[in-house]
Amino acid sequence: MVLKIYFPQCCNRADSGLMVGRWIAGHDSAVVLAVIHYPFIPGQVKRYIQQIQAQSGVELSVLGSWSLPKEGQEGMESFLRDLSTIFPQERWLQINREFGKTGFTCEVLTQDQNGGTTQQEAKKKKKMVEEGDGEAVGDGEEEGEEEKVIFVHYEQKKVMLSQLHPIENGVPDPKADPPSELRQMFRMVANSQPLFFLDKYDDGPLKTTHWQSEGREGSIIVELLKQASAPLCLLISWLLSIWTCFCNIRIFSLYPLRFLSTKLSTCIQLSYRTEHMRTLSSAKPAAGHTQFMRKANILVSLLVDVALGLLLMSWLYRDNHITMLANALVPAADHIAKELDELLQWLMGAPAGLKMNRALDQVLGRFFLYHIHLWISYIHLMSPFIEGILWYGGLSACLGLTFALSLLSDMVALLTFHIYCFYVYGARLYCLKIYSLSSLWRLFRGKKWNVLRQRVDSCSYDLDQLFIGTLLFTILLFLLPTTALYYLVFTLLRLVVVLFQGVLHLSVDFINSFPLFAVGLRIFRSFRLAEGVKFRVLCEEPGTALHLMMEINPLKYGTVVQTYRTPTYSCYPKDSWTALVKKLFVGELIYPWRHKTTKTD
Amino acid sequence: MEDEAFTDISGKAISLDCHSHSGFCREFTVSSPKVSVGKVMVYTCCVWLLAYTVFFFTQNTAVLSSAILITLVGMMFHIHFVKVDHESLLVIGSLGIQVSSCYASGRETTTFIEMSKIKDIVINEAIYMHQIIYYLCVLLKDPAEPKAVSSVVPLFQSSKPRLNCLVKVYKSCQEILSKC
Repeated sequence: MVLKIYFPQCCNRADSGLMVGRWIAGHDSAVVLAVIHYPFIPGQVKRYIQQIQAQSGVELSVLGSWSLPKEGQEGMESFLRDLSTIFPQERWLQINREFGKTGFTCEVLTQDQNGGTTQQEAKKKKKMVEEGDGEAVGDGEEEGEEEKVIFVHYEQKKVMLSQLHPIENGVPDPKADPPSELRQMFRMVANSQPLFFLDKYDDGPLKTTHWQSEGREGSIIVELLKQASAPLCLLISWLLSIWTCFCNIRIFSLYPLRFLSTKLSTCIQLSYRTEHMRTLSSAKPAAGHTQFMRKANILVSLLVDVALGLLLMSWLYRDNHITMLANALVPAADHIAKELDELLQWLMGAPAGLKMNRALDQVLGRFFLYHIHLWISYIHLMSPFIEGILWYGGLSACLGLTFALSLLSDMVALLTFHIYCFYVYGARLYCLKIYSLSSLWRLFRGKKWNVLRQRVDSCSYDLDQLFIGTLLFTILLFLLPTTALYYLVFTLLRLVVVLFQGVLHLSVDFINSFPLFAVGLRIFRSFRLAEGVKFRVLCEEPGTALHLMMEINPLKYGTVVQTYRTPTYSCYPKDSWTALVKKLFVGELIYPWRHKTTKTD
Repeated sequence: MEDEAFTDISGKAISLDCHSHSGFCREFTVSSPKVSVGKVMVYTCCVWLLAYTVFFFTQNTAVLSSAILITLVGMMFHIHFVKVDHESLLVIGSLGIQVSSCYASGRETTTFIEMSKIKDIVINEAIYMHQIIYYLCVLLKDPAEPKAVSSVVPLFQSSKPRLNCLVKVYKSCQEILSKC
């Protein structure tokens, strides 16, 4: 069996001392976390280890001794072996390194049940003496039971801060396999934070070497932000409570306003952002990696949103852009109305060479023309206020670009309300016609729809029923092309508007849900999001143990986005293509985009 | 370091490099033939001649600049994402297996599979278009059922060496796997 020792890179040049760490249960491996230097008092070491164990919850133990003799420090062999009696362990590792040589040597002392110590490398030690140089053979080479050793070097800071994916949270399922060796190792290093507080320059009784021993790392900005975040959170939660009280006023729960607030995308976006602020302003610090990433992503997306909104505002309120927009709006609306007018006149004539039913044509055409006339007068009535509306509406961009886009989408919906009305009229008429036609067709064939059994049954009709039914069927059939054409035209118009609104909603959704913080972390601190590890064989000297360098394999970008996407009221198509086409054919009203609300839907 | 004359399934010459770092750690590298300058020149000349003919008829310089852009972008895309320079397999007894591919631009993608998840390394047959080829693959254990195979990870997918090369790698790997 091969023994694996995970050795931190920072301890490669540490002075001689004791190695503190942990054995991984179930696998033949040991993780070295820190080195405690000579001189030390064994009682203090034991007390220190117990103290760290209580603080961190990780079982620490003394793994063995590490010796990197400087000049003039020879003959530590017997001293090192005596140490193993002071700290009784099942296995005691003795790792030696000499200056100028890159390889380590390792001896393993096993304590069997009788309390006697057997030295695994007894034969090799003899061989060592015979060969006359200080290199013991660590890996397997002939001669009976020899313990093969692999040294896996790891960078302590990176392993401590990184998170292995897929993330396993909470209580592990007892039926599932125990966590793999790598996961256990990562978890051990991450949980040993209290061990890394004292370093060799502190005035305590013990001097240790680990990744912080060259001085504790920190960033002033991060510390300042942490201090400032507490009162900021209090302020935000206070503001939120006022806002929630305001929203809960009785007048807002009246039926029309409540219905309107579920339809307007600005209100939806507002409620969504309120949720986000509530998550951000909670007083407890984030528990676990997922919570932290979610909070960070929400914060960054909020900041980016506001920044983009302010950019938009700075462009809008400069050089009279608003006046230009307002002045362009009314002629544009006029132009659309004129086009619709021409379209209707074309339909009322002989569109594409088809011969319409004159009377029905005229009725429908006049009805829609009157609607357009109403709408255009309404626009002309509103034209002096448009600039004001645009000016105040543009102010909403200071809350974020998403608000400006939602407001735009709502305004488009309101302005094209007449197209929506036309579509509904045309669709209802067409739908009614189709249903009556299908029902009369069944009568034509002598069948009937059985509502109880939900199927088509044969039925014997009276003669007058048959006569009237056939008459109506013929009339409706010949009126079908006219209605179908109007329905087709207005459905296409409605789809254009829906498409435009869909694009706006998709971009709002994208800004809301894209995990910018996670992607930034992947670019700048790629070791924090780990998919796995990769090994590199370090150049070895012949006859020494195998040395491997363990590096973090960062997560792929696609996986980062997928794992850390903020769940939103995602705007996605409600029906598949076939269902949509079927609905269009039958004349059912389509609402292609569905919003997933957090409440019952 | 051994270097016999191996070929891949389409007959192009590849080279196999076995390096034994220690008794239980071995690395196998299969190198594909490099990008040939002749092919690159032929493609570039074809695209540019086409662009010149189009320019001759339309007199629009955007055609020329877009042809240059397309050639550059296409070449960069090819060497960064498509052309594999060498693939290597590192077997470390009782730790795991590491599979990595190195692309012509120097980009390296690595995957490490732990020993506890590996059931075995085998040579499998597959029907690939109109041929039957052999490929080396790693069988992964199913966490729920210890005897079942949950998934198969094929090795040396871009270089596709032939059976003689695979047998060599297979024998070497099995020596290590059987020891630990």
